[in-house]
Amino acid sequence: MTLALTRRNLAASNPGSERRVRTLPLIAPSVAVLLVWMIVPLALTLWFSFQRYNLLNPMLTGFAGLDNYRYMLTDPALWTAMTNTLLLVGWVLAITVVGGVLLAVMFDQEFFGRGIARLLAIAPFFVMPTVSALIWKNLLMHPVNGVFAWIANSIGIGAIDWFGSIPLTAIVLIVSWQWLPFALLILLTAIQSLDNEQKEAARMDGAGPFAMFFFITLPHLSRAISVVIMIETIFFLTIFAEIYVTTSGGPGLASTNLAFLIYLRALLDWDVGGASAGGVLAIVLANIVAFFLVRTIARNLQT
Amino acid sequence: METTLRAKLLMTVFAWTVTLLIFFPIFWMLVTSFKTEVEAVATPPSLFFEPTLENYDAVQERANYIRFALNSIGISIGSTLAALAFGIPAAYAMAFFPTKRTKSTLLWMLSTKMLPPVGVLVPIYLLFRDTGLLDTQIGLVIIYTLINLPIVVWMLYSFFKEVPGEILEAGRMDGPKPRQELWMLLMPLALPGIASTGLLSVILCWNEAFWSLNLTASQAAPLTAFIASFSSPEGLFWAKLSAASTMAIAPILIIGWLSQRQLVRGLTFGAVK
Repeated sequence: MTLALTRRNLAASNPGSERRVRTLPLIAPSVAVLLVWMIVPLALTLWFSFQRYNLLNPMLTGFAGLDNYRYMLTDPALWTAMTNTLLLVGWVLAITVVGGVLLAVMFDQEFFGRGIARLLAIAPFFVMPTVSALIWKNLLMHPVNGVFAWIANSIGIGAIDWFGSIPLTAIVLIVSWQWLPFALLILLTAIQSLDNEQKEAARMDGAGPFAMFFFITLPHLSRAISVVIMIETIFFLTIFAEIYVTTSGGPGLASTNLAFLIYLRALLDWDVGGASAGGVLAIVLANIVAFFLVRTIARNLQT
Repeated sequence: METTLRAKLLMTVFAWTVTLLIFFPIFWMLVTSFKTEVEAVATPPSLFFEPTLENYDAVQERANYIRFALNSIGISIGSTLAALAFGIPAAYAMAFFPTKRTKSTLLWMLSTKMLPPVGVLVPIYLLFRDTGLLDTQIGLVIIYTLINLPIVVWMLYSFFKEVPGEILEAGRMDGPKPRQELWMLLMPLALPGIASTGLLSVILCWNEAFWSLNLTASQAAPLTAFIASFSSPEGLFWAKLSAASTMAIAPILIIGWLSQRQLVRGLTFGAVK
């Protein structure tokens, strides 16, 4: 607040300062490159999505009208991929948000070695997706030699063939492991901004730990939770590397999401038109989420 | 007093159990990287073994690890510098000389970040093919600069906003021109913020695995793509995979640990403080 006032005074005490400092040349380069980055690929995707265009079949050209869209929307693979996308987003969101809140509450308590424990707990977020996917796939989830198989066999429940029988669940687990620290990091920051006096007052009024959690901590976290949900959703809608290195979308289409389906159409079938139509669909989906995210952030932004 | 100590001890046991479970995959990767290939796939898992460095040697020698690492370093640093070169002037202008359009410009920049990469995969791939940018470092530098620029501007903006206005005012009394003002006064104050922003950008570039997998083949492939090559069935060497992975994530893990507090700001666009 004081800062904002100072800056306003600064501008007022220096009439014409904004004119003297021409900000346009400073901002224009960033705006220009981002504008090109936004418009050119988007326009090309839209253009291709109305074209008959397959790199394997150069004779096939011309305006396709809505054929690519019609083909895509009647393709059963699309609906499988959409279902998988929603399952993936929904489950990983549920696990990371619930787990992230619980972990944030845990790390808000005092215990020995908390600083080091926090470093270890956020580590998975800094592991590149191809590494985490392959370490989980082989070292942990391998149906014969993995650690999970060994544990399952030791307690007598029998090993699971993670990527053969429940590939989507396996990917949900891997992605959740990567993003749980993200939720923790952000929710912990939010939880630590909670007013101590407010907590103290509630405690004086006889609030137990559960009442404290549901009536003080959780409401305080609500905005941070919504930010986590929206940012994660935008990333999860197009999960790619984890699928690419573990299942390649299979078996069959069992773990193909929208991003992977577009990749299959584009760089394996070389169906530029069809893949572009899929791309437009992905952009529309992401924009629905982005709309709400930008609105939340805008409400929060003081200039 | 005794009960609080007991509570704290119980909490310690509980919290460390949870933490070690979360950290276990990374720990297990580290352990496996010091095993022989036979020990790596042994069931039950071998816990007591003679550690060996042969996997690290093998990865360096046979797989040309250095080239992938240099690609990762070159691409990450190149695109971070480029993003800072674009982002610092823009963030400076918007933080210190806000106009009516500043807020909408910031939000618009942010919205470009929300374009799903797969939505524009096809045109980017074709553009890169036709311009000879496929499988080049410069190609990835361009892409990473563009996808990280909104985050860089936002993070710098939020850091610059915290620089007290009085200091700039004092500087202006002495009459330096804006450019000198930027360098002489702002830099020492803004340097920690710029450093954190740069580190976040390096982390994001280093770990990016959509464009690197789709736009590189052999020449410019960074470590994300190198590790992905272990996914082929004939490439299943767990100990070597673990050694290569450990080397690939170590520098970023350290950077991430050092800058964890500042990262929240960049990752949430200032929406959570």
